Amino acid sequence: MNAITSRRSLLQAGGAMLVAFQIGLRPRDAAAWTDKAVAADEVAAFLSIDAQGAVTVFIGKVDMGTGVRTGFMQIAAEELDVPMARIRVVEGDTALTPDQGPTYGSLSIQNGGVALRAACATARRELLTMAADRLGAPVGSLQVTEGAVSGGGRSVTYADLVGGRAFTLKVDANAPIKPPEARRIVGRTVPRVDIPDKVFGRFQYVHDFRLPGMLHGRPVRPPAMGSTAEAVDEASIRDIPGVVRVIHQGAFVGVVAETEWAAIRAAQQLRVRWSDWAGLPDQARIWAHVRATPVAQVQVTLDRGNPAGAIQGAARRVAATYDFAIHSHASMGPSCAVAEFRDGRLTTWSASQATHNLRKQLGMMLGMNIEQVRCIYMEGAGCYGRNGHEDAAADAALLARAVGRPVRVQWMRQDEHGWDPKGPPHLVDLRAGLDAQGNIVGWEADAFIPKGAGGNVDLTAAELGGLPRENQIHPGNIIHNLALPYAFPSIKTTCHRLDTTPFRPSWIRTPGRMQNTYANEAFLDECAAAAGADPVEYRLRVMPADDPRGREVLERVARLANWQTRPSPQRDRTGDILRGRGVTYVKYELVRTYVAAVAEVEVNRRTGDIRVTRFFCAHDCGQMINPDGVKSQVEGNIIHTLSRTLKEELTYDRSTVTSRDWGSYQVITFPEVPEMVIELIDRPAERPWGAGEPAAAIVPSAVTNAIFDATGARLRSVPFTAAKMRAALQGA
Amino acid sequence: MTETVAMMVNGRAATVTVDDPQMPLLYALRNDLGLTGPHYGCGLSQCGACTVHVDGNAVRSCQMPVADAAGKTILTLEGLGTAERPHPLQAAFIAEQAVQCGYCANGMIMESAAFLAKTPRPTEAQVRDALVNNICRCGTHPRVVAAVMRASRG
Ligand code: FES
Ligand code: FES
Repeated sequence: MNAITSRRSLLQAGGAMLVAFQIGLRPRDAAAWTDKAVAADEVAAFLSIDAQGAVTVFIGKVDMGTGVRTGFMQIAAEELDVPMARIRVVEGDTALTPDQGPTYGSLSIQNGGVALRAACATARRELLTMAADRLGAPVGSLQVTEGAVSGGGRSVTYADLVGGRAFTLKVDANAPIKPPEARRIVGRTVPRVDIPDKVFGRFQYVHDFRLPGMLHGRPVRPPAMGSTAEAVDEASIRDIPGVVRVIHQGAFVGVVAETEWAAIRAAQQLRVRWSDWAGLPDQARIWAHVRATPVAQVQVTLDRGNPAGAIQGAARRVAATYDFAIHSHASMGPSCAVAEFRDGRLTTWSASQATHNLRKQLGMMLGMNIEQVRCIYMEGAGCYGRNGHEDAAADAALLARAVGRPVRVQWMRQDEHGWDPKGPPHLVDLRAGLDAQGNIVGWEADAFIPKGAGGNVDLTAAELGGLPRENQIHPGNIIHNLALPYAFPSIKTTCHRLDTTPFRPSWIRTPGRMQNTYANEAFLDECAAAAGADPVEYRLRVMPADDPRGREVLERVARLANWQTRPSPQRDRTGDILRGRGVTYVKYELVRTYVAAVAEVEVNRRTGDIRVTRFFCAHDCGQMINPDGVKSQVEGNIIHTLSRTLKEELTYDRSTVTSRDWGSYQVITFPEVPEMVIELIDRPAERPWGAGEPAAAIVPSAVTNAIFDATGARLRSVPFTAAKMRAALQGA
Repeated sequence: MTETVAMMVNGRAATVTVDDPQMPLLYALRNDLGLTGPHYGCGLSQCGACTVHVDGNAVRSCQMPVADAAGKTILTLEGLGTAERPHPLQAAFIAEQAVQCGYCANGMIMESAAFLAKTPRPTEAQVRDALVNNICRCGTHPRVVAAVMRASRG
């Protein structure tokens, strides 16, 4: 029995660090940075149990306001049979947590949680084996209650068995997990552990984190995105008390001051001579620009039969182009980070969704060995992809290195809207051929989207400062869901991966899957209308026979919305307000979470105002860990994406972003949020899939389909503004 | 050049000494008084994240010069209630799980508290209108409305 090491130093190091981190002190010594196991195949990477029986979960996936931390606690509590209150979670700390990849792609539970579950199940099996030994009772006869194992009339606690010592055990992915009927914590709604602190003002966000001796920094961004700072006039801020330093390297300019307000004033007031630059495309001609951009790579994501020939010979042909605007993450809290250099080592605190990657990027930018860099996650404002958190960490690191003291950087609102990476412009051409009965005989889709996938989005400070960086673009896996889950006899879906895109791209909630689903599902609606078919019935016609879960979400949402079977558009065009409903379906990435939705809209024929009045959603993500947590994610997906669909659009001139506040980058407001009816399908015996993104995929198409049903006019350009609606009504 | 501003904050006398009396109250609360319930979201009175009560009214602390707070009574989220003695809205936000990241929650609760003080029995539509200038990016809107309605029922 040597699955538990008695090297006290291991846990001591980890334990000391945790305490140090929690009360905001520095890591104690060099050893503490690397002693704890972080390899993702080690149980100790995920789990420790201290001498009091308290369980610490170490997880590479981070919460970001989704509530997934509570889900991880449920998983550990369930598999180990310990109360939730005895568990705490350490997230995204490169010195302490396994590298489980960035927190994106709706994979936190699906991958991160499943890995944790395996680690806990492995640990439990080990603990039971040890207990059987100790109690002289067979494993099969043992019971576990609140971290105590009993059998043969005696009991022993986890703390007695392993307390304070680290597991030295490989994770066994096949260790038996609790069967659905034995679960008492997983699969039930559990209140989120973070909410009380958040409503009492006690929660510590990264924005609230302070270190002794800490200074405040602000970046001073170029007024034109590609210009460089030719001269910086330090005298221009001499009258501001508390300014410590101006940092200038290429186009990277920053100020550091004793107080936050002094840093803000200095950043505003600093006079810099910037070079001219006007390299952005003309926004009015953005789609022509996209079409003219050189293609770096052509990817065919689905190729079956001969769709070109089928369309050519079809009784009826349909074609349309859909576009989706450039978006900002527009996080509620501007990006923030604290950086400290100490004894040649760098520590950053930020809300990064990918601390292990950030560590490599910072090491590269600063010419440091990554062993000398530690990145710690602290929660920030909700983040729906790779926003500016990593960039703020890079800003803070450059400033902290220059002044030799810890520096906190928080971006101003215009920095966030102006300089966060953007969801790139997305353009899709579609063609279909229908036979005499209206059935689709051929389907072709061509998406024009930037190259690249997931990966490291270059740090702004490195770009501006001319410092080492990967120099690649990474918009996320935006090719997904251009291929469709339907049984068309012939189909070809092609992604034309563009060599460049106007703004530094990154993934924003449901990247590509949402835009592609929007184009596909709206165009499918056009085909249904051409065929004179009911949109639900038309989809069920092409639902593969071997995909009953897909059929079920569609049928359920139709029932939920009291769907009346008839073709679109509806025929009543009297009165100023026209009403309609639209349906959409997605099978996420064609392999996981199923979602179907019905949107109901009202369109004011005179003003073009669009109101989404009700939104119905049926959602199947397999096993649910925390059903109310899933519901909250689905609600968030729908509302966030309605905002993107109806209102959001980055604006820019030839030099820079011009939508740099909430007035010029408008988002959904309370009166615009529809009534929502959500049906979650629980499948406790299935594996859990993601819920943080899939429901976003169905929103824009559900809305445009409903608008078409109401008005007979088809909107094919997001955002669906009143002006576009009026123009479409004139054309209809 | 420094100026000292005295005010009542969460029921206690507080003073802050500042270089610039035009500094927004938000920074005095967060950095000088350690009250990090109110957040910086925009600094432009557009989002609500920084909301506090000044003499009972919901005010955007990001745009109020600290000098203007002299002699005033300030209430922040920390002073509204505690885990032991929660304000009905705080209890309702927990009951409805009306928080995701929670960066907006300060503004949602403080704005709603001032609203309910004047409109104790609102309709849902009135609640939505009262919160029209409070942004949430995570999409907690229906839960926030449900929480305010729950609190209004007492
Ligand atoms: S920070 Fe004050 S309203 Fe946005
Ligand atoms: S909960 Fe995240 S902004 Fe509202």
